[in-house]
Amino acid sequence: MSEKNMTVAVAEALDQEMDRDPDVFVAGEDVRVGGPFGTDAGLHQKYGDKRVVNTAISELALTGIGVGAAAVGLRPVIEIMIMDFVCVAMDQIVNQMAKMKYMLGGQPTLPIVLTTHAGIDSSSAAQHSGTLEAWFCHVPGLKVVMPSNAYDAKGLLIASIRDDNPVIFISNKRCLQTSTEVPDVPYEVPLGVADVKREGDDVTIVATGRMVIDALEAAEQLAAEGVSAEVIDPRTLSPLDTDTIIRSVQKTNRAVVAQEAVQFCGLGAEIAATISDQAFDFLDAPVKRVGAPFTPVPFAPVLEDIYLPDTKAILAAVREVIPA
Amino acid sequence: MSTDIPNETLLDIHRRMVRIRLFEEAAGKMMENGKIPGALHLYVGEEAVASGVMVHLRNTDWVTSTHRGHGHLIAKGGEFDRMMAELFGCATGYNKGKGGSMHICNMELGMLGANGIVGGGPPIAMGAGFSNKFRGTDDVSISFFGDGASNEGSVHEAANMAALYKLPVVFVCENNGYGEYTPQRNHQAIVDVADRAAGYGMPGVVVDGMDAIAVYEAAGQAIARARAGEGPTLLECKTYRFYDHVGVRGMGMTYRTDEELEQWMQRDPIQLMEQRLAEQEILSAEEAQAVHDEIAGQVEAAVEFANSSPMPEPSALLEDVYA
Ligand SMILES: Cc1ncc(C[n+]2csc(CCOP(=O)(O)OP(=O)(O)O)c2C)c(N)n1
Ligand SMILES: [Mg+2]
Repeated sequence: MSEKNMTVAVAEALDQEMDRDPDVFVAGEDVRVGGPFGTDAGLHQKYGDKRVVNTAISELALTGIGVGAAAVGLRPVIEIMIMDFVCVAMDQIVNQMAKMKYMLGGQPTLPIVLTTHAGIDSSSAAQHSGTLEAWFCHVPGLKVVMPSNAYDAKGLLIASIRDDNPVIFISNKRCLQTSTEVPDVPYEVPLGVADVKREGDDVTIVATGRMVIDALEAAEQLAAEGVSAEVIDPRTLSPLDTDTIIRSVQKTNRAVVAQEAVQFCGLGAEIAATISDQAFDFLDAPVKRVGAPFTPVPFAPVLEDIYLPDTKAILAAVREVIPA
Repeated sequence: MSTDIPNETLLDIHRRMVRIRLFEEAAGKMMENGKIPGALHLYVGEEAVASGVMVHLRNTDWVTSTHRGHGHLIAKGGEFDRMMAELFGCATGYNKGKGGSMHICNMELGMLGANGIVGGGPPIAMGAGFSNKFRGTDDVSISFFGDGASNEGSVHEAANMAALYKLPVVFVCENNGYGEYTPQRNHQAIVDVADRAAGYGMPGVVVDGMDAIAVYEAAGQAIARARAGEGPTLLECKTYRFYDHVGVRGMGMTYRTDEELEQWMQRDPIQLMEQRLAEQEILSAEEAQAVHDEIAGQVEAAVEFANSSPMPEPSALLEDVYA
C-alpha cells in the first residue's frame, strides 16, 4: 500500500491484468510511449508490440480491433486518447460493440474495455475538453465507469477488464493527477456499486468524476457552517446504484446532483428524476442540478473558468435546497 | 529553378515563409512565458508547404487546416495582431478568444478553420469544393492534413467523393514523418501517401516539401487542374517539423534522433529559398535580412497588441452557439 496518483494506479491495473491473463492486450495511439497521460507507462517495455499495439490514428479501426478481437475471445483494452475523439469511432461503439450480443441472440460475449480521458484542463478548447458519459449511459449494452480517485480507478479498471461486457472507462484529467492510498496487489472494486465518500445528515450531494473533489471541498466548507453534507460518488454510471442514492436522500431529505458535463440532458437529470420518482415523499426541496452551460467549451481561460462547474456552484445549489 | 516564375512571386513566397517562421518562434516564446494557454503545435520547418500552395490562391478559395494551423492562416494572409490575440485568448482575436491555437480562423481570407480533430478538415474541404462546383465558380478548395491524418477514414471518404464528383479540391498531405510520437513506418505500410491516389481515382504527386519552388510548381498544376474542372489531386509534400509535436523543444527527443533533425535542418526551407534567391540575384543576403527585420518588428507589435488587448467579457460565453 502506498500513495499513488490515478495515472499510476491505472497503469498498475493494466500491468497486473496483462500479467494475469495473456489474452488481455492494450491498443491505442501512442501507447508505445506511455499514452498521452502516462497511463500506459512501462507496458510496452514489458509486453512488447504484440500486446501493446501502437496503432495508426484511426479511431474507428482501432475500436474495431477491440470489437472483433473481443467477439472471438480476446480481452482488449482500447484506448481513445481524448474523449472527444470517440466521435470518430461511434459506429463501432454504439452500433456494433453495444448491440452485438443482443442482436445476435446472445451468441457473442464482448469482454472489451474502452478507456478514454475526459474533461476540462487548461484551455484545451472545444474539441479536447469533452465529458460525454451521458451519451454512453443512454446506450443499452454498455457499462459506463467514471472513477474519481486512484483507489477506485485501479479496482474499477481491474473489474472492468474481468467483466464480460463492453465497459466505457472514463478517466477525468484532473482526477488523474490526484493521489490516494492504493494497494500494490490487484483488487476489484465491483461495478454498479456507489461509494459514500463522506457521511452527512442534512443534504446529499451526488457527484461524478472531478465534481467529487469539488463536492468534498464543499462539504468541508459546509461543515464549518454547521451543515452536514453526505457525498455520494456513483463510480459506475451505468448500471447506476440507485439504492445507495435513494437511501441517502431518505435520510437527508435534500439533494444536489453535480456533473462536469453540460447540464442539459446529462446524467444529473437521470439521477434527479430517479430521486423524484423513488423518494418524492422524503424530499423537503426540489433536487438541484449543477453542470456546465449549454455551449461548447471555450478556449480563453477567463471563459473556461466561468464555464467549469466548481465548488462554488455546488455550494450555491446546496444553499438553494437548505434555506438559511 | 524554373525561370518563368516572376520574381515578385518568388519574393512573395519567401516573405510568407519568413512571416510564418518569426510568428511561430514568437508564439513559442509567449507560450513559455505563460502568455499562451493550451496546446501549441508549431509549423516551423514546414513553411515551404503552406507558402508554396497559398501563393496561388485568392480569398474566395477555401482552405481547411489542421491542429498545426498557424502557418496555413499566415500564408493565406492572416494578420499577426489578431492571430497573436487569439492565441492569448483575447476578445480581439480572430475567434474572439473562444478557439485558440487549434481553431484559429479567419473566414474572410477563405479559411475554414484550424482543427482539433485529426482528419476533421478533408470532408469539409470536399464540401466547400462541392459548393464551388455547384455554383459554377472556378474557385478551389484545399485541404491540408498530415501523414498521421491520412489514416483516418474521413480522409478516404472525402477523397473518394471528391474524385467521384470531380470536385475542385487539392488534398495536400504534409508528410513530416510522424503522427505525434509515432514514426510513419509504424503507422502505415506505405512510404508515399500519394500512392493512395490511384485507389481514389485521382493523380498523386510527391514533392520535396522543403523546396518552396517545387511545392509552388506542383501545387500550381493541381490547382489549375481543379480550376479547369478536371477534379482533385493528392499532393504529398515531404517535410519535417523542427520542434516537438507540441511546444518548442527540438533536440533531445526519444522518438526521433538529433541526427535526423539536424539533417532536415540542413535543408531549412527558408535558407534554401534564400540561397536560390541570392544565386539568381533576386534577393541579396542584406535584403533578406531586411525582410526578417521588418517582419520581426511586426511580430513584436502583435505581441504588444495581444498584451494590451482585453479578455472576453463573461457574456461572450453564451454567444455564438446558434445563429
Ligand atoms: C481524431 C483525433 N485523434 C487523435 C488526435 C490527437 N492528435 C493530435 S495531433 C496528432 C498527430 C497528427 O499527426 P499528423 O496528421 O501527421 O500531423 P502532424 O502533427 O505531424 O502535423 C494526434 C494523434 C486528435 N487530435 N484527433
Ligand atoms: Mg505528421
